[in-house]
Amino acid sequence: MIWGVLQFPGSCDERDALHACSLLGEARLVWHEERDLGGVDAVVVPGGFSYGDYLRAGAIARFSPAMEAVAELAAAGAPVLGICNGFQVLCEAGLLPGALLLNESMRFLCRQLDLIAEGASVELSSPEGHQLDRSSAEVLSIPAKHGEGRYWAPDEVLDALEANGQVAYRYAPGQNPNGSARDIAGVRNEVGNVVGLMPHPEHAVDPLTGSTDGLRVFEAVAAAGAPA
Amino acid sequence: MSVGTAKHRELGLTDSEFALIVEQMGREPNVVELAMFSLLWSEHCAYKHSRKLLKQLPTEGERVVMGPGENAGAVAVGNGYAVAFKVESHNHPSAVEPFQGAATGVGGILRDVFAIGARPIAILDSLRFGELDSVRSRHLLDGAVRGIGHYGNSIGVPNVGGEIYFEEPYEHNCLVNAMCLGLAKTEDMVRAAAAGIGNTVVLMGATTGRDGIGGASVLASAELGEGDEAKRPTVQIGDPFEESKVLECCLELLEKGLLVSLQDLGAAGLTSSAGEMAAAGGVGIDIDVARVPLREADMEPFEIMVSESQERMLAVVEPARVPEVLAVCEKWQTGSAEIGVVTDTGQVRILRGEEVVGDMPVAALVDGCPLYDLEPAEPEGWIYGNRATLAPGTSSEDELLALLAAPSIASKRWAFEQYDSVVGSRTVRRPESADAAVLQLPESGNAIAVSIDGNGRRVACDPHAGTIEAVLECAQNLACVGAEPLGLTNCLNFGNPEKPGTAWQLDRSVAALAEACTALGVPVVGGNVSLYNEGPEGPIYPTPVVGMVGELPDPAQVAGSSFVAAGDAIALIGPFSPTFAGSELAKQRGALDKGLPRPDIGAVAAACATVRDAVRAGRLASVHDVSDGGLACALAECSIGAGLGCRVDVQHLRDRGCSPEEALFGEGSGGFLVSGERAVLEELGAVYLGEVGGGTIEIAAGDRSLVVGLGTAESAWRSLDI
Repeated sequence: MIWGVLQFPGSCDERDALHACSLLGEARLVWHEERDLGGVDAVVVPGGFSYGDYLRAGAIARFSPAMEAVAELAAAGAPVLGICNGFQVLCEAGLLPGALLLNESMRFLCRQLDLIAEGASVELSSPEGHQLDRSSAEVLSIPAKHGEGRYWAPDEVLDALEANGQVAYRYAPGQNPNGSARDIAGVRNEVGNVVGLMPHPEHAVDPLTGSTDGLRVFEAVAAAGAPA
Repeated sequence: MSVGTAKHRELGLTDSEFALIVEQMGREPNVVELAMFSLLWSEHCAYKHSRKLLKQLPTEGERVVMGPGENAGAVAVGNGYAVAFKVESHNHPSAVEPFQGAATGVGGILRDVFAIGARPIAILDSLRFGELDSVRSRHLLDGAVRGIGHYGNSIGVPNVGGEIYFEEPYEHNCLVNAMCLGLAKTEDMVRAAAAGIGNTVVLMGATTGRDGIGGASVLASAELGEGDEAKRPTVQIGDPFEESKVLECCLELLEKGLLVSLQDLGAAGLTSSAGEMAAAGGVGIDIDVARVPLREADMEPFEIMVSESQERMLAVVEPARVPEVLAVCEKWQTGSAEIGVVTDTGQVRILRGEEVVGDMPVAALVDGCPLYDLEPAEPEGWIYGNRATLAPGTSSEDELLALLAAPSIASKRWAFEQYDSVVGSRTVRRPESADAAVLQLPESGNAIAVSIDGNGRRVACDPHAGTIEAVLECAQNLACVGAEPLGLTNCLNFGNPEKPGTAWQLDRSVAALAEACTALGVPVVGGNVSLYNEGPEGPIYPTPVVGMVGELPDPAQVAGSSFVAAGDAIALIGPFSPTFAGSELAKQRGALDKGLPRPDIGAVAAACATVRDAVRAGRLASVHDVSDGGLACALAECSIGAGLGCRVDVQHLRDRGCSPEEALFGEGSGGFLVSGERAVLEELGAVYLGEVGGGTIEIAAGDRSLVVGLGTAESAWRSLDI
């Protein structure tokens, strides 16, 4: 599988994402002005502050030529992973539901956290959603670092996300760092091939720097989409 | 267009300095020239009160790739790579407007590092504020931490460590020192010297506006006092997005070999970068201010020359390469303009189109400033105040809790969680998990460690011993992670050097820095001097901040600072012989006074070597330097981090002449608190103290013995929250 990692002016984590992808397959950077993604099978929209994010996180990046191509790739069912700023960009682009607001603390926060991965299967979801016993669920140790990571969507959208198995990751009980609705750390689209999350799996691929659990996130996305 | 003599005084030049300028110019300078001289002859740029002292510092070493005089120093780390680093102050801007002051401090030190072709890989910061019961101090702390985070987080460089102290003398004059490390291929590194007559001078990055005008002379070289609010327009505004683009642009230009030389625009803007590039290259430079892209249309030539607008770089480019350079700037959507040319005149000429508006000999402008001898005189007694916050007769338990809760000792999680510490995939040890930050370098197959330290209170007690302690503290921190020092950078934060007492502090401190670095064999590869740090109540504590970079072969062997397993033995390595003098306890009792014991550099260096080797061999479960708050606080920190109590007896320190109180809370150099197998520790010559385990911190110290619950200790230590 060939991974393409978008690079905007102001991206911060693109090299780390490139490294993480290269552990799983071939990987290359894709400049934001490229309308042609060069035959990549999957895309990572990385973290950072695209175009400075002075207006609203991801608000400008969504209009980039590369994002037009990503939307087409996503529609074709290819795996697309948005991390942090990339998650914000995918929400702005309408490829994922919801929005990311300023952290409840109004401060940037960098912290290693436990995430609970939720499968796309309907069995894992229920009206109570996050209150399910997840003793068998996968717990991942991954760092989060952001100032605008509070996931928000109207209640009916949240209900639908839970009913459809579209909640991809939640913060472990008591570890929600930003006031996200229903502890949601990441979501997927209805088909399941587009996933976005605030924590940074690309910073959890090396035991020396903390954890290798992030690889599971990349693997899950790769498995969920049909390579383009 | 001659100007009156009152003008030069307003700009911070003395009458005799002005006379010297007239003599060197052969005429009176015009407005443009006077503005430029006033900046380059300011303390901030000319180091006129410190340069003579700094000559004592050892700067040579076999690993040194670049030394003082370049934008940053650099040491070789193997496989053709070098690590560049430097620390710099942004004290006065931060005291006026903490968010932007601290943010642009980070921006400035980043530019210094990528100006030599190194990709920034880490930031550390050393901060000083007044006591936290002051509203002003909380405002400054909050703003500075937010500003540092804003800039560093936005640009994708991890903030991996630092220190914050809170002391009354910093109330009016906080200190914000930022250190940056970068990694470069040695062959791609570039110097700042302009070269090649006829080469083009290209200004890259942000447009030039009126922000920061006069910052170098008005702000950096005069005491703070009444009316600081009016100085707000002279504080620069940072734009990390622009910096991120300029950074990537410069690194791409250097990688493609398109630049002859590169220099950042910092204090004194175009004036200092053009002047210093010309001086270093022994050439002249013509700058046409009409070609400088402006933020405001009606700027005067002198304003353009002294503007401190951020995120700008100056490059010298061969004319044939200019189109390629401009194309790379275009790709990164950052500004670029051909604003000048390298000449053989030995003059810095400022043009506005065809008109010559300034014409000065480079030698006079950059190196003509007189260097002053200090007139040091040792002050009588303790010149700073004392404020007791601990009543006499307080129990040992309550003293331990008071020390753990002291903002200077308590966990700084509140601050460092506002910084991205993981971007870049190098951070092996995050803040507060080890005594030094550890960054892996897959490029050279090893790792580096870095620490920044400087306890101003102890330097105030004894500038000589206190400065040696700062260097030893860094060396000890590096030893804790198995690193061997490669080089050192420093930022000398002092008061007004024209006052004899401050001159004495500076003189003693620099002598000590030279002595300690020479004894340890650690070269000083760069640094910064920040003088005139005074408020209405007097000078700050003399604060030499030392940043030390070391190398370690295998980052996987790094031990943490927290205990690891119940049942492990706890022991002390090193010539630690703590005393009450200058300690946090002495501060809280309101009993600070002059004088510290003289540290034994050789004995501490030997202990560092023992610890370093033991860490590299994987023989220690944990290791922590004994520092602020003494052995009791170090024990508590190791326990809190692990969630494991301890039971120790510190009576052995009685043999070293320590009272029970000093054994608990006394401070001094040369102590390593280690844990592991008892037999291994004893083989290393460590003094056995006790064992890890249980839910309490139990320390036997004669009539001062104490038992504190782990949860109680942790609550105190984690109490810092703004």
